[in-house]
Amino acid sequence: MAEVAKGGTAVAIEQHLTGRTLVVRLQGELDLVAAEEFRREVEKALDQSGARTLLLNLSQVSFIDSSGLGAILGRYRRMSQQQGRVILVGAGAAVLPILELSGLLRIIAHYETEHQALAAS
Amino acid sequence: MEVRNTMQLEIPAVPENVGVARLALGSFASQLNFTLAELDEIKVAVSEAVTNSVVHAYPEGPGPVVVTAEHDGRELMIRVRDSGKGIADVAQARQPSFSTDPERMGLGFVFMDSFMDQLEVESRPGQGTTVTMRKRCQAGQQPQAAAEEGSARSGG
Repeated sequence: MAEVAKGGTAVAIEQHLTGRTLVVRLQGELDLVAAEEFRREVEKALDQSGARTLLLNLSQVSFIDSSGLGAILGRYRRMSQQQGRVILVGAGAAVLPILELSGLLRIIAHYETEHQALAAS
Repeated sequence: MEVRNTMQLEIPAVPENVGVARLALGSFASQLNFTLAELDEIKVAVSEAVTNSVVHAYPEGPGPVVVTAEHDGRELMIRVRDSGKGIADVAQARQPSFSTDPERMGLGFVFMDSFMDQLEVESRPGQGTTVTMRKRCQAGQQPQAAAEEGSARSGG
């Protein structure tokens, strides 16, 4: 299954299912506008796919603030309720310090590449 | 402080304008010698302040947000003001993870506080909220650079 969902101009979301892992590649600035779009699209994909693991590739995300973090936290809560999990991949110099400061990395694993993340999951 | 440049932006408190304010302030701040990491921090702080106005200030429909900024080449001041419902308890709102929404982290003020050198929040219920943030530019504190710039200007 391969699906490309693009909406708005703020963030581009590309999704596909690998086994029971939903891989979502985000692109752009994950702020208030993009966070809402991200939440809506990923919820829909999770409902349809029944994935147990949600892999969020952040390597093309150039900005994140607490709205973006909140959207990630919301998906973490959903997956945890279903005994599933969330994995983050590839956060760069503009994103990683924010993830660290927020405390999200204490509850969500982060890997440098999708390959490493899929091998570990 | 001696003002070297100023800007003012008045925008409706809608989600799309968070990015507009961030882009404008990022560009304004780049007139100082901030590092790329510091510019990223300033953009996060602006994003948080404007997001607060968008999400919380106007429950009955978007009102105005006024973003002003000034710098003297060494220090950047950013002020984000709304005329919305205000914050009943500023001290509580500034606490980490104070949020009533499961989709929000309650880290807005924490990021503003962490990424800027100074943060003041003035708010009165029914009269709006003003957030004032300052950040000093370490690289811009070298008087030599200003002197070189001055002599280059007088020579031309």
